[in-house]
Amino acid sequence: MPHDTSTNYGVAEGGASVKLDGTKTILLVGVGGQGTILAGQLLAMVAADAGLDVKVSEIHGMSQRGGSVSTIVRVGEKVESMIADPGCADIVVAFEAIEALRAQQFVREGGRLFVNDEQITPVPVNIGTFKMPEGVHEKLAEIGATVIDAGGIAREVGSPRSTNVVLVGALSTALPFEVAEWEDAIRRRVPPKTIEANLEAFAKGREAAQG
Amino acid sequence: MMLFTEFVSPLMQSGSERIVMSKQLLSGNEAIAQGAWEAGVAVGAAYPGTPSTETLENLVKKPDVYCEWAPNEKVALEVGLGSAMGGVRSLVTMKHVGVNVAADPFMSAANTGVNAGLVLLAADDPSCYSSQNEQDSRYYAAFGRIPCLDPSDSQEAYEMAQQAFDVSEQFDTVVMLHETMRIAHTKTLVNVVGTRTDIEPRPYESRPEKFVMMPANAVRRTLAANDREDELIAWAEETPLNRVEMRDTKVGIICAGALYVHVREAMPDASVLKLGVTWPLPPAKIAAFAALVDEVYVVEEANPYLETRVRAMGVQLAEFPGGRLPRSGEITPAHIRAAFGVADPAHLPAAEGLPPRPPAFCAGCPHRLVYVELRRIKAIVTGDIGCYTLGAVAPFRSVDSVIDMGASLSMAHGMELAGASERTGRPVVGVIGDSTFAHSGITSLLGTVYNGGKGTLCILDNRTTAMTGTQGNPVNGVTLTDQAARVNPLDVPAGKQLDLVKLCEAIGVDEVQVVDAQNAAAIRQALKEATSHTDMLSVIIFKAPCRLIDRSRGKMPTIHDCRRCGRCIQIGCPALGRDETGHAVIDPNQCIGCNQCVQSCPFGCIEQE
Ligand SMILES: Cc1ncc(C[n+]2csc(CCOP(=O)(O)OP(=O)(O)O)c2C)c(N)n1
Ligand code: SF4
Ligand code: SF4
Repeated sequence: MPHDTSTNYGVAEGGASVKLDGTKTILLVGVGGQGTILAGQLLAMVAADAGLDVKVSEIHGMSQRGGSVSTIVRVGEKVESMIADPGCADIVVAFEAIEALRAQQFVREGGRLFVNDEQITPVPVNIGTFKMPEGVHEKLAEIGATVIDAGGIAREVGSPRSTNVVLVGALSTALPFEVAEWEDAIRRRVPPKTIEANLEAFAKGREAAQG
Repeated sequence: MMLFTEFVSPLMQSGSERIVMSKQLLSGNEAIAQGAWEAGVAVGAAYPGTPSTETLENLVKKPDVYCEWAPNEKVALEVGLGSAMGGVRSLVTMKHVGVNVAADPFMSAANTGVNAGLVLLAADDPSCYSSQNEQDSRYYAAFGRIPCLDPSDSQEAYEMAQQAFDVSEQFDTVVMLHETMRIAHTKTLVNVVGTRTDIEPRPYESRPEKFVMMPANAVRRTLAANDREDELIAWAEETPLNRVEMRDTKVGIICAGALYVHVREAMPDASVLKLGVTWPLPPAKIAAFAALVDEVYVVEEANPYLETRVRAMGVQLAEFPGGRLPRSGEITPAHIRAAFGVADPAHLPAAEGLPPRPPAFCAGCPHRLVYVELRRIKAIVTGDIGCYTLGAVAPFRSVDSVIDMGASLSMAHGMELAGASERTGRPVVGVIGDSTFAHSGITSLLGTVYNGGKGTLCILDNRTTAMTGTQGNPVNGVTLTDQAARVNPLDVPAGKQLDLVKLCEAIGVDEVQVVDAQNAAAIRQALKEATSHTDMLSVIIFKAPCRLIDRSRGKMPTIHDCRRCGRCIQIGCPALGRDETGHAVIDPNQCIGCNQCVQSCPFGCIEQE
């Protein structure tokens, strides 16, 4: 996928316009093709516009073709490592429920976990070598996840491919950036024809997360 | 609101000149393309390979620079050496294992030196995220005694890409720019100048004593490389790319590349010697740093490249208080904390009992039915590298070896020499992709024909280099320039494509046929025939486009009176599963209507309109 690299990020006068308490680590996990990369880029754009330092680490290669994928976004005054170790993610956004459970050890104590209420059957389950886990919802509730029907919301706004932007809406409630900044990033990053649908997806994602 | 602010770097202010910069979020590879372009690079050559691929894919989009895909890394480096010898700055990029393929010209080029600057980007993959091993390319820099620059983020990658060309010309040497996956594929903010330095081509005059590597000249060039080594060490002692950061003097850590940012994350109070140049190392600077701190440590991943060299300098390295770092695999801040005895933050344990989610052939993948049939005849498959390597995993488990690009065909010949087929009663079949065949399969095939080898070889021609992201290659005829213009391989005129049939015939293969890779019966027939005669060398070209270049769809099939035999499930389509009663079901969100399952049901229960 061609990545947008043309964006210029301004440097806010007198440093960052948003104060974070320390570096924040956001881990986006999902299944190849679900749009975790775009979600990570939107977050990175918002943070960079606010004058913060950003690092976005993507794992390519064999992780495509329907495998597990992850993107790490770290934002702060000065970001050092681009890696999220277990117990180090302030926020995990899972685009798929099994991937949420797979990522549970990355959430730090008191961190947030947003999960798209969807389960995609991996090929090893289809061919009978593994079983789907039972009680996924109970397990998610146990670890304090905020479960959102992002796929349903995206279909509702008439843009099934905007599931990732619904989740960005949810994510935005846990970070101190202005709604207008997120909307601006969405306008710049998504195809022009889909801007309205994506803005609505974003707004609905916020609502859903705020419950 | 987006702010367009003119950003003036203090480093870049010179007199009244005001250099307008933009701040961009770039991956290491994008930053290297930008830096090389600003340094006036005129020629780029590469063979794709994760994590290096996007470098040239970005560079080709910029003006006044010519870039091409070479059939393999040896060719790419030779093209780059030729253009540098001819007087223009040149960039060659490859993944770490590509350096093995290019090792022969590399070792000679290390002695000849250059005319205009020549930079070799080598991209390593600790933890093998998408590779067959995790070798450290810096050993090659040390082996060839050429300088190696090691960026820690995209800003440094951008700057070092420019410095590398200056160093190359100043010391008359190829320069290695070394990165790991985390540097290549992490986007960080870069202050981009955005203007290209105008560089006139250097004059060319014949200098056989420099470029003709016959014994007498080679000996003299080796002596020149000895002198160059001394000069480079002196430079490495002085360059600000090697930087001492004094903090608490109890702990001093020597590190480079991505490890520098991990060390800063895990041990923020430690003093650090950050090596931006990892060959040659600066002995005096290292000794001086060691003298300033109580205990010195080396933190690196996958291979003890720095550790061995620093110890050889007589520097006493301390034992890690929390136990040694892992000897292989990517090192993260958590490993570093553990080595220094710093507790991990509390966290939930890893969840148990989850099904794995490995990559799988896409719905409609043209490789699938070939493996279904290879599995059916219990073939011993000497495999190769590409998407079709996935034939090694469930539900196929049909690949016996994957070693390096091109090995499938030569190893099939070796298996024939060992009489493996007669002794096992299983046919030996070599399986190779189109890009891999062009990379190094042609010479393998030549060897088999030349030596009178027999057997069955399959070229899986999916019209693209799929694994690394659908790059062009000689078989589909899409050049890197075409690729940048978004030319679909399916629209390339036949005359621009490599004619595999003619090529195989010219090489002298006994029997060559082209078979539709989406037709199970035809595949079965072709494999049956080819493997039944032992006195011939057969090449079967299984042809059908990868789903990433052909997005056409058919109607979703319907399933009626399913007898729950499970045969269709065993073709491993991501869209096919079973319901609670064991009946086959199709997921309409994933099905593309390719018809493969229809062909695989023995009872005709799956039908497509
Ligand atoms: C020496 C070397 N160079 C590059 C690579 C990276 N690489 C792995 S597979 C592949 C492409 C394979 O393409 P093809 O043979 O056409 O098979 P496909 O993926 O299309 O099925 C490349 C470039 C490698 N593994 N080794
Ligand atoms: S990318 Fe192409 S070759 Fe690779 S698995 Fe998918 S369809 Fe097959
Ligand atoms: S379900 Fe059948 S038709 Fe649909 S993609 Fe899979 S194999 Fe092709």
